[in-house]
Amino acid sequence: MYIDPHIHMVSRTTDDYARMAVAGCVAVTEPAFWAGFDRSSPAGFQDYFRQLTETEPRRAAAYGIRHHSWICINPKEAEDHGFAREVMSMIPAFLERPNVLGVGEIGLNRNSRTELAVFEEHLEIAAKHNALVLIHTPHLEDKLKGTRLILDAIRAHGKLDPARILVDHVEEHTVRLVLERGFWAGMTLYPDTKCTAARAVDIIEMHGTNRIWINSAGDWGHSDPLAVPKAVLSMRARGHTAADIHKISFDNPRAFLSQSKNFSAEPLRPTVA
Amino acid sequence: MSTPAGTPPLDRKALIDLGFIEARAKVLDIAAFLDRLDRAGGDATPDFRVEAIRAALRIALETSPARAERILKSWSDPTTEPAARADGKAARGVHPTPKT
Repeated sequence: MYIDPHIHMVSRTTDDYARMAVAGCVAVTEPAFWAGFDRSSPAGFQDYFRQLTETEPRRAAAYGIRHHSWICINPKEAEDHGFAREVMSMIPAFLERPNVLGVGEIGLNRNSRTELAVFEEHLEIAAKHNALVLIHTPHLEDKLKGTRLILDAIRAHGKLDPARILVDHVEEHTVRLVLERGFWAGMTLYPDTKCTAARAVDIIEMHGTNRIWINSAGDWGHSDPLAVPKAVLSMRARGHTAADIHKISFDNPRAFLSQSKNFSAEPLRPTVA
Repeated sequence: MSTPAGTPPLDRKALIDLGFIEARAKVLDIAAFLDRLDRAGGDATPDFRVEAIRAALRIALETSPARAERILKSWSDPTTEPAARADGKAARGVHPTPKT
């Protein structure tokens, strides 16, 4: 039994839901993200947010998987500040929907001034609505600088409890920064970028099992929706206890996510055999 | 954690048995990649990405710990101020002026 706390199921097939259910997935959370192209109007986001809050929960439930969402404009589409503000004006209404956990995945992509300003405005929305926050840290050479800018911006904002914020896509050079400031840390299991399963297990061995989770971030790119159960297999091969494996793959995401009343990992009867 | 932080549950011999073949394959892939570039025609000017890999290999051969962390830091953007504008959507993998 496991939770994949970050996966973009709008980009995955129904067969992936079936495979994840067979592998033991009982709940997923899906942050709003970039579709691989820039939407031509804010109305495109209205439809996307409906997909995240209406269509995907139904599609997941057929396989006994509970589906939850996070709402935002992703930093990859945040460079047009006026456009971003129009999208952000839609967020409060969607935060009221029954499967929405909070604001995410917000953060930085190329570490620009406008991305940072939009990130800070998202933080204010989260603070105003007492919402959980899921943060995307930048890719590759931009990650270390971006993580520092993000953590400094949260500190300067000052209205959010670090225990209610998860900073995602940490690697060896950023995990300590995140954990030492009291945030939760997410490790994304990707074939080429971010963490491999072997390195994620290394990080667990070096930094412990508290306030840390693993996710697939499976999307339309090179990624694996079964990355979490495969990492569980790696932990078993590396001699980790069943208790530690369950903590990383189920207890920790449940503990963080249950800070929202909308989260549940309770068994759900599938409607597809 | 059932073992002290930093200490893997498996001993060195068990970890070598588990990971050697995969590491061997990755070393060969890197060597073959560099060979492939040597055989290829075109501009022979050093590429900052390939130079970053060569520098990372030197770090990997060191005996001091945290090699992966130090390699990631060597590939990272060393600046601290936000950029005036986003320079495209995609990162390149290493900063053009990596710290070594």
